[in-house]
Amino acid sequence: MVESVFDWDDPTTAYFWEAARRGQLVIQRCGACRQYQFYPRLFCLACDSDDIGWVAASGRATVYSQTTVHLRSSPEVDLDSPYVVAVVELEEGPRLLTNLTEKDCLIGSSVQVGWRPRRGQAPVPVFGPVTS
Amino acid sequence: MLMTGLAGEVFISGVAEAPLGEVRDHSELSMIALAAREALADAGLTLADVDGLFVNYLGEAGTVQVGEYLGIQPTYSDSSDLGGAAFVAFLGHASAALQTARCTVALVVYASRQRTRASRTLNHWNMKATSPQFEQPYGLPAPIGQFGLLAARHIYEFGTTPEQLASVAVTARQWAGMNPKAWQRDPLTIDDVLESRMICDPLHRLDCCLITDGGGAVVLTTGDRARDADNTPIRVAGTGESARQWHIAQLPSLAASPGVAAARSALQMANVVHRDIDIFEPYDASTISVLLALEDVGFCARGEAGAFVQAGSLTPTGTLPSITSGGGLSYCHPGALGILLVIEAVRQLRGQAGLRQVPGATVGLVHGIGGLFSTAATAVLVRG
Repeated sequence: MVESVFDWDDPTTAYFWEAARRGQLVIQRCGACRQYQFYPRLFCLACDSDDIGWVAASGRATVYSQTTVHLRSSPEVDLDSPYVVAVVELEEGPRLLTNLTEKDCLIGSSVQVGWRPRRGQAPVPVFGPVTS
Repeated sequence: MLMTGLAGEVFISGVAEAPLGEVRDHSELSMIALAAREALADAGLTLADVDGLFVNYLGEAGTVQVGEYLGIQPTYSDSSDLGGAAFVAFLGHASAALQTARCTVALVVYASRQRTRASRTLNHWNMKATSPQFEQPYGLPAPIGQFGLLAARHIYEFGTTPEQLASVAVTARQWAGMNPKAWQRDPLTIDDVLESRMICDPLHRLDCCLITDGGGAVVLTTGDRARDADNTPIRVAGTGESARQWHIAQLPSLAASPGVAAARSALQMANVVHRDIDIFEPYDASTISVLLALEDVGFCARGEAGAFVQAGSLTPTGTLPSITSGGGLSYCHPGALGILLVIEAVRQLRGQAGLRQVPGATVGLVHGIGGLFSTAATAVLVRG
């Protein structure tokens, strides 16, 4: 049996998870108005164009907000408590929910993307201190 | 477009709480039957008069199941899922239905036994509640994780302090001490809140609402029928609602909160301004919810709500008595609080709030939020 890249029957986001398997964070960019967007949608939210395509994000971001969760995560998520959940703002503009790998990545600090492997599923983008 | 000038005034003519706290001798449906019949009696009506039914969170095709149990065959049904704000939004939906003669007596009901059933497991709820692809893998417990993120950002932008957040919980407890039905009535201090277990930084256990059973019923009708009520009917003077985002990362800024549009609409429709409001009933799912509500509705400039609450403004002797039942933080939080906010506002405006009565309260503002800080609904209620 072929291992599933993702558990969700969503052909419109398959490219994102295929890229994730290659360790590449991709977001959408509108060919008409050049706006970036995340999460992926069928059309451009900014100008309503259908001319929407994928581009590689730089992976650099700024922490917009973060909270340390002291509850146990569900078995499906399987994170060791406490863990940090954050909203980060990508250099390109869109924001996404993620985990921070270091607790001292405070709001306003620069972070860069890394990947957390998951059993049987594509890795998810997580963010940590800028190392390079 | 703003709805103004619709013919016929709509009144809340009956209210009742369902059994609250820990309810072991009832089902959700029997709790609803108790509350509905009590609220209808309060309105001088019976179940046979009800032709409009408004429910949320009561199972598949909720209005059908509740209607069947109550023996109601509604000509108008609404189960719009705006989360806990739905029950405030229903005041607007029911008003529109009554004013266009789609129904003549509207019944809004809710009940939950989430405490007794131990059904509220935050992380598992999240599995269903947020997108499984882009938010679920990160383990944000819903909705308290969203409130943690909002609180952290509020602190970062405005210098709001944990003590200011805690003062919301202390204020709620102060009111609860005067409400015999409140789940938690013992005095609470700032230190108690700050020393309670951290849940989602910066929110402690006592920054978060209760998990209790409970529910209630609200009856609305037009002016002619409202005169049958034993008690002073309370006019629904203005309503507004808004839905913004499901994924918290999609909220552009604190200032873009769904509560801003909802409150603006309700205040405009009621043609009142903030200084006209005698009591404020915000949906206190957490302490930060109240700071955001104060700023979204416009009682405070953005970033100033923490100092406003810390100065005692929301207390019984403050300039804006708020959370007068003790709220979700200390009185009752049965999963969806909205209906209890409406019931408390009506009791205050009727002058039936006992020890916690705000003297001469004539204009109340109820501000509900729902989902994952996704929706908001506001109602301005007026005595007479």
